Amino acid sequence: MTLSTLTRPWAAISWGFLDASAKREMRRKMIKAIAVPGCQMPYASREVPMARGWGTGGLQVTLTLLRTDSVVKVIDQGADDSVNAASIRRFLSRVSAAAETWDTLEATLIQSRHRVPEERLREDQVLVLQVPNPEPLRPVQPNMSIARQMHADADYGRLWLVLYEQMVRSGRIMQGAAYPALVNGRHVMTPSPIPRWDVPKLHMARHLTFLSAGREKRLYAVPPFTRVEPLVFSDVPYKVEDHADLVCHRSGLRGVFMNEIPQDGGGSAFEASDSHLGIKAIRRAEGAATTIGPMWYEEGRFRP
Amino acid sequence: MTMMDRLPPTLVAGAPLLRMTGVSRRFGRVTALEDVAATVWPGEVLGIVGESGSGKSTLLRMMNLEDSPDAGDYRLALPDTAGNLFDLDRFARRQLCARRIGIVYQNPHLGLLMGHSSSGNVAERLLMAGERSFAALRARARGALEASEFPLTRMDDPPKLLSGGMQQRVQLAKAIALEPALLLLDEPTTGLDVSVQALVLDTLKRLQRDLAITMVIVSHDLGVIRTMADRVMVMRHGRVVEEGLVDQVFQDPQHPYTQELVHAKL
Amino acid sequence: MPNSEPVLVVEGLAKTFTMHHLGQSLHAFSGVGFALYPGQFLLLKGPNGVGKSTLLRSIWRSYMPDAGQVWFSHSGGRIDLARAADVDIAQLRRSDMGFVTQFLIARPRVSAEEIVAEPLRRAGLSGEDALADARHWLATFGVKRDLWRAYPTSFSGGEQQKVNLARALIRPPRLLLLDEPTASLDAGARAALVARLRELKAAGVAMIGVFHHPGDVAALIDGEIELQAKEVRDVAV
Repeated sequence: MTLSTLTRPWAAISWGFLDASAKREMRRKMIKAIAVPGCQMPYASREVPMARGWGTGGLQVTLTLLRTDSVVKVIDQGADDSVNAASIRRFLSRVSAAAETWDTLEATLIQSRHRVPEERLREDQVLVLQVPNPEPLRPVQPNMSIARQMHADADYGRLWLVLYEQMVRSGRIMQGAAYPALVNGRHVMTPSPIPRWDVPKLHMARHLTFLSAGREKRLYAVPPFTRVEPLVFSDVPYKVEDHADLVCHRSGLRGVFMNEIPQDGGGSAFEASDSHLGIKAIRRAEGAATTIGPMWYEEGRFRP
Repeated sequence: MTMMDRLPPTLVAGAPLLRMTGVSRRFGRVTALEDVAATVWPGEVLGIVGESGSGKSTLLRMMNLEDSPDAGDYRLALPDTAGNLFDLDRFARRQLCARRIGIVYQNPHLGLLMGHSSSGNVAERLLMAGERSFAALRARARGALEASEFPLTRMDDPPKLLSGGMQQRVQLAKAIALEPALLLLDEPTTGLDVSVQALVLDTLKRLQRDLAITMVIVSHDLGVIRTMADRVMVMRHGRVVEEGLVDQVFQDPQHPYTQELVHAKL
Repeated sequence: MPNSEPVLVVEGLAKTFTMHHLGQSLHAFSGVGFALYPGQFLLLKGPNGVGKSTLLRSIWRSYMPDAGQVWFSHSGGRIDLARAADVDIAQLRRSDMGFVTQFLIARPRVSAEEIVAEPLRRAGLSGEDALADARHWLATFGVKRDLWRAYPTSFSGGEQQKVNLARALIRPPRLLLLDEPTASLDAGARAALVARLRELKAAGVAMIGVFHHPGDVAALIDGEIELQAKEVRDVAV
């Protein structure tokens, strides 16, 4: 018996970039995260050829989930064509030969920064959200050891205290992105900086969501059909952004989350944030055969 | 001591609200508490006096379940508690303290979030107990602050911008917001100006009269104890050296140390 | 009168103050014994410093007796005040015993009428009824109407004393201890006090008191206890 019979031939990189032991560790933590929805699991967070803070947490989860038949979509604030999204998508296909797509309906694996696609995700799809700061208690408890105790005690009063003070100061809740939500009635998570518009999409969803922070080395999950309830007062209902009546100036889409584009003469124009949905809408208007899947919001109203 | 032993109570109906027995606590080589027993009856104000290091604050922290003794038994006669409270785990302790015990510390930093609003500090207590209506939180926080005679025009200012007396009132409002069965006061007026001190004591006295809250007040200031307490325990070197009605302990102290303490004051 | 059960039976009561820092003791009295019946008024007599006030305070339990018994028949039975638990004493002070001195323990920001009404409130009377009664007694003892809602902390000594009397005598206890309540009282208030004591006596309140000028209450006195250094010499009933 020689060493060469026990080992594989040398290769420049492993299939799917991460080596087997790294993926094994990731899988264990991801399964744990599914088992305790919303609870942050620490993981080793390997080096990947990207700077921390640029989506390394999401990338490690995506790399672990990659299969030969995966179809990957990567979005950055809703756009498939930003440099960061394009680079990550190309990296994923190069290390695994997975197919690339821009179309939410075709994708099996979607890595995203700050958005959930507007078309409904299915049970055969996995969403991976990049998370800069996984700890919802950080603004109210800088000591992370105490914050973990607070999670253990389900001691979330101070998060409501923040909302209370927003109500007192401004008469409404000012929390925009990263709105804290109670998962499965037990752990409060920060849903990464997705807009309020997107939080209801995680509630009792058919798809599995992973949220992963590479710099902070924490990942957590929302399994399919799991309650995700934004923290609200019983007499102050949860409100999403007031985008229902806005119209995309390029695609004519309405009732989706918009990016505001300031105009030279003052005022602003709006553009659908989910860029590929906009592209599909334009193509359809031009008479091309495109399929737009069922949407989370219909006529500006969330349809559970 | 020539004093005759006192008989067990026969006239007071029901059980004491608080009963602690055999509580001992050492920190390394320092004995903080040595076989301390304490009993507090419903509606009563128990004072604990003693110099710095006598163990009085340590004892109060035990009553608030912030620390566990090396040995001892602690019971509260409340419908949803049973057994030795020192055996409770951290979660159960927190629940019990949040709902049934209020505390005012000498140092407001221990009891308040100095950067959050005053009303928010009170609301946090209510949130902890599960109140989720904004209107109710607002109304109840306002009510508790009002009962503590806190000026409502400043209810949304953070404690860090308030005077010492005002900070104590916020602590007090937070402590009484859930109508606790037991209110613990750890040197609540020490460090305040004399005139402010009198006003805070007056508020405490009025609350005691109106709500008949059972209180334990720790102070090294005999004047505070004389004003507030029905009964008093004198502590020294972690032990209770004398216990009695406030007027009796101050007018006819039995233990040499108590005599020294009372005469030093006069 | 002695055909009923006594309210108070004192037997072999003794009090000595031990002053540890001086390493010495101060003898107040010993071997004091007497009985007090419902509606009876006993005068404590003796030279200055003989321990008359000390005896009252030992019964009230501001002082801890060293020996002897103080059997008190209260509304729920009989108890030895010399050894009773502190909480029992506190309860009896609220319900069955009264102590009248010349000094008011005023509290900041509590009005005169509230202070006077407090014993009634504690006994369960409604706020308005208690206040009405309090005003009656403030008027009786000659406290000016303008002062009723003011805080007695700012009153003169004489006015404070009247507020104190109104408070101490508003509710008839079973046993009333009187420690020179007439000292420095004006004539009108003194007359009101004597009238009230007569009323309480008629209602069966047992009283024992020290008076600088016993002449004020001469008509009420049923007997005298004379305290002398080291012993009680005589109990005349």
